[in-house]
Amino acid sequence: MPGMFIDVLVDPKAASDAALVKKLVEVCPVNIFAAQEGGGLRIVEENLDECVLCDLCVQAAPPGAVRVIKRYES
Amino acid sequence: MSILIHKDTTVIIQGITGREAVNMTREGLNYGTKIVGGVTPGRAGRDVYGVPVYDCVRDITSKTRVDGSIVTVPAAFTRDAVFEAIENGIKLVVVVTERIPRGEVAQMVELAQLRGARIIGPNCLGILSPDEAKMGGLGGPAADARKAFTKGPIGVMSRSGGMTTEICNTLTAAGLGQSTAVSIGGDAIIGSTYAELMPLFEADPETKAIAIYSEPGGRMEAELADWVREHRSRLPIVAFMAGRFMDEMPGMRFGHAGTIVEGKADTTADKIERMRAAGIAVAERIEEIPALIRQELGKRGA
Amino acid sequence: MRFYEYESKALFARHGLPLSKSGLAHSREDARRIAAEIAGPVVLKSQVLSGGRMKAGAVKFADTPDEAAAHYDAIVPIVVSGQKCRAVLVEEKSQVQQEYYAGVTWDGRRKLPVVIFSDMGGIDIEQVAERHPDHVSKTHASTLLPPMPYLAKEAAAKTGVSGADLTRLAPIVSRLIEIFFRYDLTLAEINPLAKLEDGRFVVLDGHVDLEGDARPKHEKLLAELGIRPEETRQARPPTDFEVRGAQVDAGDHRGVAGNVVEFDGNLGLVIGAGGGSLTLFDAVRKHGGRPANYCEIGGNPSVKKACALTKLVLSKPGVEKLAVMMNVVSNTRVDIVARGVVKGCIESGRDPAKTIAIFRIPGSWEQEGFKILKKYGVEYCDRTVSMYEAAGRAVMKMKA
Ligand code: SF4
Repeated sequence: MPGMFIDVLVDPKAASDAALVKKLVEVCPVNIFAAQEGGGLRIVEENLDECVLCDLCVQAAPPGAVRVIKRYES
Repeated sequence: MSILIHKDTTVIIQGITGREAVNMTREGLNYGTKIVGGVTPGRAGRDVYGVPVYDCVRDITSKTRVDGSIVTVPAAFTRDAVFEAIENGIKLVVVVTERIPRGEVAQMVELAQLRGARIIGPNCLGILSPDEAKMGGLGGPAADARKAFTKGPIGVMSRSGGMTTEICNTLTAAGLGQSTAVSIGGDAIIGSTYAELMPLFEADPETKAIAIYSEPGGRMEAELADWVREHRSRLPIVAFMAGRFMDEMPGMRFGHAGTIVEGKADTTADKIERMRAAGIAVAERIEEIPALIRQELGKRGA
Repeated sequence: MRFYEYESKALFARHGLPLSKSGLAHSREDARRIAAEIAGPVVLKSQVLSGGRMKAGAVKFADTPDEAAAHYDAIVPIVVSGQKCRAVLVEEKSQVQQEYYAGVTWDGRRKLPVVIFSDMGGIDIEQVAERHPDHVSKTHASTLLPPMPYLAKEAAAKTGVSGADLTRLAPIVSRLIEIFFRYDLTLAEINPLAKLEDGRFVVLDGHVDLEGDARPKHEKLLAELGIRPEETRQARPPTDFEVRGAQVDAGDHRGVAGNVVEFDGNLGLVIGAGGGSLTLFDAVRKHGGRPANYCEIGGNPSVKKACALTKLVLSKPGVEKLAVMMNVVSNTRVDIVARGVVKGCIESGRDPAKTIAIFRIPGSWEQEGFKILKKYGVEYCDRTVSMYEAAGRAVMKMKA
């Protein structure tokens, strides 16, 4: 489920890239990304609305692989 | 001109790798402050936005001139950091950290007096001289700071960091720039009170008037009133007094640590009376400050 | 934070200050037993966090254990300046020859501790200082040098104390100075410090204030004295609403959403920061508004924290609307607070557009914040609207 204000969408291919997952977990200051047990990426839903729009996750991933959606903009 | 800091002031940040300090470094650099180094024990060799990090203050002061230090380390380590700065010859120390016991603050202040150094804070946002430099988080990111603060003739001193920006923003909107704005800190004992900073503004030819933000608690306003009377200051002062509701509630804690009303002389009513008696104009609302300043300047034919 | 008399005396006892025999009574049976143990006339004193006990009738003398038990029952219900009685101290009655005052506190102007001594003890020291300044001495101490015994000697000698009295008094005052330094006190006071008929000196009443910011440093002492972390020791005990406010603040380390104080109005306030809150609270009252609470947000609180505070304020019976206001912010983010308060309204089952009377937080990330408020139909304003004006708009809406 998306947050009330923010949603983060990750391309499935990127979500299965272990190195990228590790990087995402590292860069996000509000812990929106978590590594799933047995590989893969989990979005920590209760933290989505804490997103500070720092763009670090977007920059860490290949172009277009991670998108941060401001739901209040649509 | 400005007081305390200007374009060429060289500054270090103690605790530079902390979360808030990293922001402060970026904001300061973007505003044009000359940040020549940072200190975090055990982190020597790293850098924060290109500012080199060292283990000890002396690693920097032994190589280059350091005019000021911003101390933003946890409360339990602040006294140590301030002593380190002063004992290595730094003459201006801005202490951002809050919740430092009064006894430790008094020790820092006493050492500073012995060594001819000056402390601003603790529990403050620092100093900003518009278009020159800023020390501390005052004004926030450089772009925001440029919006609220502009160069001009008003010296600003405030016991609240946030209200420093609010007042400067109001002055700026009314076309009155600032020479230097100082967030002096919200604690019961601080390094530099209004009265202790007045001689600096008095000596600065660009400063033509003073705006202050004050609160209940302590004797700082009474001290300022005495100073003004004794020195026949050339600078008109306009004060804003917050927390008037606290007069009815002695012993309750609102706002900063320094606001507790411990006796009658700490109340806003008493302070306002003393300041008015000394010729300090007291604004009822923040937005009245610019007009009152112009009025006071007019009276003095400036 | 103020200590009760029995706690102050427990601290004094650890440092060897001379005290009379006493015991703390929590029941009339306790009072009777302690009086019997003392086996002589006693004084019973209500343990309250305020002065003026004598006037209120909360101090009584008893010659027998039965009388002590009866006085216990009389004292317990007495409320002194809004403070309830916690227990009753039963203490041996002393034959007093003369009363002195000894205190250590901060001289904010000199930024140094000052030792205050008077040979006219037992009454309010401020009154003595006003009417008989020659009977009060002030001696400043350095914070860098270790406290030396001569300070106490000087303090007493300046009021004319000499001979055996001086050599007996000085060590007591000296220990009081040490206690002041050692525990980060803002006040350590003995009043009266009594000279008894037999020439001995004894602490009859004492009072200690520990600096709030130094509480973490002295956790051990506080625990040993039985002072619990949640005891605020303010001018009145915290309300349930205030306790829950403290929990909101402690629940998340990101930023501040604290210092919640309950009032009885209908306009809920989510305001900040330290100075801004004082300014805004005054403004609301000046416009004739009735605040339901005081609070301080700042230091860039998380969405979760701003949301929890909003929910807390809205949960208070009688709160019709909220005013969300701060000074121009540079550290706290407008969009984060906007998310928090909007979410708090929705999670409380209220429409943000109708619940938030005004949102006036200009500053960092304001464009992003305003987008959120617009989407939810909340009235907001930027820095061209003053804090005073914004408060006025909120109050107007309450009257409409
Ligand atoms: S933009 Fe920043 S805060 Fe938001 S999800 Fe990405 S890394 Fe986390």
